Amino acid sequence: MDQVKGKVWVFGDNVDTDQIIPAERLVSTNLDHLNDYIFEKVRPGFAQEVGKGDILIAGRNFGCGSSREHAPLSLMQAGFSCIIAESFARIFYRNSMNIGLLLVECAVDDPVEGCEASVDIDEGSVVVDGREYTFPGYPPFITELIKSGGLMNLVKEGRI
Amino acid sequence: MGKTIAEKILSRKSGTDARAGQVVMADVDYVMVNDVTGPIAFREYEKLDTCNMCKDRMVLIPDHYVPNKDVASAEQAKEMRDFVRRHELPNYFEVGKSGVCHQIMVEEGFAAPGRLIVGADSHTCTYGGINALSTGIGSTEAAAAFATGRLWFKVPETIKVIVKGSFRKDVGGKDLIIKIITDIGVDGANYKAFEFHGDVSNIPVADRLTISNMAIEAGGKAGIFPCDDLTREYIKDTVRGDYEPVDADPDAEYCQVLEYDLDELEPMVAFPHLPSNGHRVRDTDVTIDQAYLGSCTNGRIEDMRIAAEVVKGRKVHKDVRFLVVPASQKVYRQMIEEGLMQIFLDCGAFISGPTCGACLGGYMGILAAGERSVSSTNRNFIGRMGDKASEVYLAGPAVVAASAIAGKIVTPDMLEGQ
Repeated sequence: MDQVKGKVWVFGDNVDTDQIIPAERLVSTNLDHLNDYIFEKVRPGFAQEVGKGDILIAGRNFGCGSSREHAPLSLMQAGFSCIIAESFARIFYRNSMNIGLLLVECAVDDPVEGCEASVDIDEGSVVVDGREYTFPGYPPFITELIKSGGLMNLVKEGRI
Repeated sequence: MGKTIAEKILSRKSGTDARAGQVVMADVDYVMVNDVTGPIAFREYEKLDTCNMCKDRMVLIPDHYVPNKDVASAEQAKEMRDFVRRHELPNYFEVGKSGVCHQIMVEEGFAAPGRLIVGADSHTCTYGGINALSTGIGSTEAAAAFATGRLWFKVPETIKVIVKGSFRKDVGGKDLIIKIITDIGVDGANYKAFEFHGDVSNIPVADRLTISNMAIEAGGKAGIFPCDDLTREYIKDTVRGDYEPVDADPDAEYCQVLEYDLDELEPMVAFPHLPSNGHRVRDTDVTIDQAYLGSCTNGRIEDMRIAAEVVKGRKVHKDVRFLVVPASQKVYRQMIEEGLMQIFLDCGAFISGPTCGACLGGYMGILAAGERSVSSTNRNFIGRMGDKASEVYLAGPAVVAASAIAGKIVTPDMLEGQ
């Protein structure tokens, strides 16, 4: 999981969790297939287009709004290997790191949808359409979370 | 160097010298989940091979889709009920003895000054209004807290908000927080806390709760008020156990300072589709189909009194549905005792029991394409209360009530002759 590579989908600033997955889909009978409803109000048909390993690139404040873990869960279920954004809303950031969805905080200049991107976690580098960007490393605890595969693994190991 | 309230509470709860920017492990006083966020937490918790459970610290409040709106939400609410019975959990609040989770956390005395409280709902930051450090978390980490009573926290930097003076008539906490979010943007406080200073004793506790509730709409981790006589009076009959208020040190370090003159603040409304799209009501001209009074933001008895005063002796506009949703059974009962129900019924309002309901597009007031609602809730995102082509305008209780009468977004003093 130190390196990921995939096709790029582009979103803008302030993508809120209601856009990622609307509240009316937040019922436990949907928990195993939340990806069916991903971005359904703002990009109808997106669920059918996105593929395994794809990478989402967005602007500022991605994942703002509700604490619903269904948002990062639906992105994981849809197959996204990584979300790159200029910044993330804090609860979305926590949720993603806690369940093992990789987030990279990095501003990408005018990404083009459909191009290829790769991320090297150890190197702290992102390459989008041939252009390279760097991002600062994670704090030690977050690195531990990423390496362990999520918060519940730390709990099982008695590390928190 | 002195400390902010957030640094002090996280220092105390982590047993460390917590400073902004650090990540600490801290003991939480309470961890709350609702019917939407609970099931993921229950599943994660039950995958653990542990018999430890911090039962007394867990609070479970169904509120989003209860009373059950359909079969799927009935199954979901049952999942919470079954989990509560399976583990014999003491702090569960069933329909009929409950309400919107944040109102219950305050009414039932879980929230109190100096406490560290997490909840799997983004508006958990509400209890900063009574000097708690409380913040929204996800479901998986709620499960971790069920098992360990602890959680990781990044110690936030703090924005100091200094208020002067007092609110004018028909202006309140909602107007101030919309103004703040409009000034700094929906990510202006991301990973930061607000701390309120100055003439805060002029701000009623109900308004403080409204302000803290919407700290998250600027991305904030918390919005914390000092504890004063008003706080102690507000919680004295209901608080559980002892509590230890926390003040900021005079030489605490802040990342930003904002100043507001409450006397100059006017009724505000936030246009779609972000809470940062604030305007003075008098500068707007928006007709509405619905007016919604309720939610964890403005569903308290104080909000109901303000709205009732406006609609008393008047009739809801012929083209408007006015929905009144008290935030708890206790508020509902108080409305009956104070005669407010009669006033709302007489004006032509629909009154329901407590639920999050339409605030998040759940049920009981969903909007059709092209419809507009003025709402005392906290979010106006695309499709938040219904169809993606509907619109939500956020305002305080006085403006919501006046708008229900006028059929357009107005302040009470624009109702002359109606």
